[in-house]
Amino acid sequence: MQPFTRLEARACPLGLANVDTDQLIPARFMSRPRTAGYGTFLLHDLRFGPDGAPVPGFVLDDPRRAGARILVARRNFGTGSSREAAVYALVDYGIACVIAPSFGDIFASNAVKNGLLPATVTEDDAESLLAAIEAEPETPVCVDLTAQTIAAGDRAIAFAIDPVRRLQLLNGWDDIDLTLRHAAEIAAFARTRRTEAPWIVPGHGG
Amino acid sequence: MTGARTLFDKLWDAHVILTREDGESLLWVDRHFVHEGSHHAFRTLDQRAATVAEPALTFGVADHYVPTRGRPVIADPEIAGMVARLSDNAARHGFRLFGLDDPSQGIVHVVGPEQGLTLPGLLIVCGDSHTSTHGAFGAYAFGIGASEVAHVLMTQTLWQRKPKRMRITVDGHLGAHVGAKDLALHVIAAIGADGARGHAVEYQGAAIRALSMEGRLTLCNMSIEAGARCAMVAPDETTFAYLRGRPFAPAGALFDRAVAAWRGLAGDPDAVFDRDIRLDAAAVAPTVTWGTSPEEALPVTATAPSPEAGDPARAATVAAALDYMGLTPGMRLDAIAVDRVFIGSCTNGRLDDLRAAAAVLKGRRAVVPGLVAPGSLAVKRAAEAEGLDRIFIEAGLTWADPGCSMCVGMNGDIVPAGERCASTTNRNFRGRQGPGSRTHLMSPAMVAAAAVTGRLTDVRDLTEPDREA
Ligand code: SF4
Repeated sequence: MQPFTRLEARACPLGLANVDTDQLIPARFMSRPRTAGYGTFLLHDLRFGPDGAPVPGFVLDDPRRAGARILVARRNFGTGSSREAAVYALVDYGIACVIAPSFGDIFASNAVKNGLLPATVTEDDAESLLAAIEAEPETPVCVDLTAQTIAAGDRAIAFAIDPVRRLQLLNGWDDIDLTLRHAAEIAAFARTRRTEAPWIVPGHGG
Repeated sequence: MTGARTLFDKLWDAHVILTREDGESLLWVDRHFVHEGSHHAFRTLDQRAATVAEPALTFGVADHYVPTRGRPVIADPEIAGMVARLSDNAARHGFRLFGLDDPSQGIVHVVGPEQGLTLPGLLIVCGDSHTSTHGAFGAYAFGIGASEVAHVLMTQTLWQRKPKRMRITVDGHLGAHVGAKDLALHVIAAIGADGARGHAVEYQGAAIRALSMEGRLTLCNMSIEAGARCAMVAPDETTFAYLRGRPFAPAGALFDRAVAAWRGLAGDPDAVFDRDIRLDAAAVAPTVTWGTSPEEALPVTATAPSPEAGDPARAATVAAALDYMGLTPGMRLDAIAVDRVFIGSCTNGRLDDLRAAAAVLKGRRAVVPGLVAPGSLAVKRAAEAEGLDRIFIEAGLTWADPGCSMCVGMNGDIVPAGERCASTTNRNFRGRQGPGSRTHLMSPAMVAAAAVTGRLTDVRDLTEPDREA
């Protein structure tokens, strides 16, 4: 996984609360293999009408947002299903950071595992950031994970992130490699668990 | 560990392999459910040439994409490929699969409990957010993403930071024709779709103790819609009676030994929660959602909200939801006409749910089309043995095979664009039941009432017409 330290890019305002993972990627696209890329499915049903034609004025397709790598939204971003495909759609589209007052727990965890930064800001800061990028679409926003700050024009705001997730992003760590170093402890725990609670291993069933 | 512990603390402590200095703990996983949507995780395994660490603790279920009509034929080649890939992975890695051809096939959160795979005290994960369902047995159960599924497949462990603890106490008794689904929607409306975010929720109180296992499953299932990391009810005699004799549950002396251990799971009386919420069951009415988030729920006797009336920060969200749903502020919710109904899903696809819907539909006709998809083949057989299938069919509804079906529309069972569906499912998100679909969430009895009248209806108007309004 690529480490994330600092990002300077244009930002897209998505001024909605409770943007659920069904919006981020509708379920019908998730049977596709990832190889072809999930970017075109991002926010698909908000972005395209029932006839497949682009919804006029949808923020992702605003030319002034071209190349945006940051998304700013309202509270409870990524609520809903555990589909990691929601993160794949964001990442494949080019988004590397989502800024919002709160995130769905599973979404935030999935995000970090794919190098996407979920940056938590206060409701007030989210509103001010939304206003700033609405007003000046082409102004780059700078997200610094080391300092945990966001700069947009002359605004500077702090963001929160779980310290462990921050380290994982900064270092581009892969969980599985870290875990496999504890193989002996895991094996010992498994033996004890099976002895103390033998019913955890199901019978052969019906 | 010292001091008084909650149920959650006990579950957590029993699964910690080690805790790092930074506060992350490596947890042991007792039960891992996978489904055909877990294909991304299996690809990660292939890329690493890895195998499944604990196939005996891993169970597969084909549910999200499977057809509910015309089986065993799968018309869509992409879906047929996914179901076949799950079978291949099960065979290759040696875990038990409840595939399309298995007599116990069904939705993962229905199959786990009814097969006795879900037990008190277990740590249970699945690549599906409604894994919170299994907490109804006093298990620590939560949904994970594809990277975590791959991690569990390879190591039978997960890194977690301990969530905060939240208690929701529901005193008193639920009224007639008011059930666990109404209570769940009431709770979510009260605390918000992120009201329990970052918390492990434990339900307590007389109204919870009085719930059947099915009711507890519905309540824990919906807790993810309040943002909870997981939800649980301490196991009691209701739990043990449900589990006795289930196919995969421990049997004989081992069952008795397990029950003795499970009795110790109840939280200590003076254990402290980070948050405490208290509700009165008598205040819960038959509840429906009007908007596009499960928190947008109201008693069916209420009217649609006006964007201007509430919190100004939420006005735009309310206006957008009303617009998408095609509603006008102030209109009576029981005046909303529906185009179709759906009864099923991991929230309300169990035998109790089908009985509640059939009790309303018996001797009546639905005036709109509708689909009934039982939660599993076991539920389907039990319902047919009681003649519930006849009631649904005679009412004019379609009696189908089990799967996620119209809850998520992945298998092609969708609500056409612009149509409005009264649904027993758990998410009323935009387009959840198909592009442009409009979903109103409610209990099985309420969906049955809507089928009979063709509009959102207080089920009590049908079942107790002389009641004082
Ligand atoms: S029934 Fe619906 S909510 Fe339940 S597992 Fe299937 S898709 Fe998810």
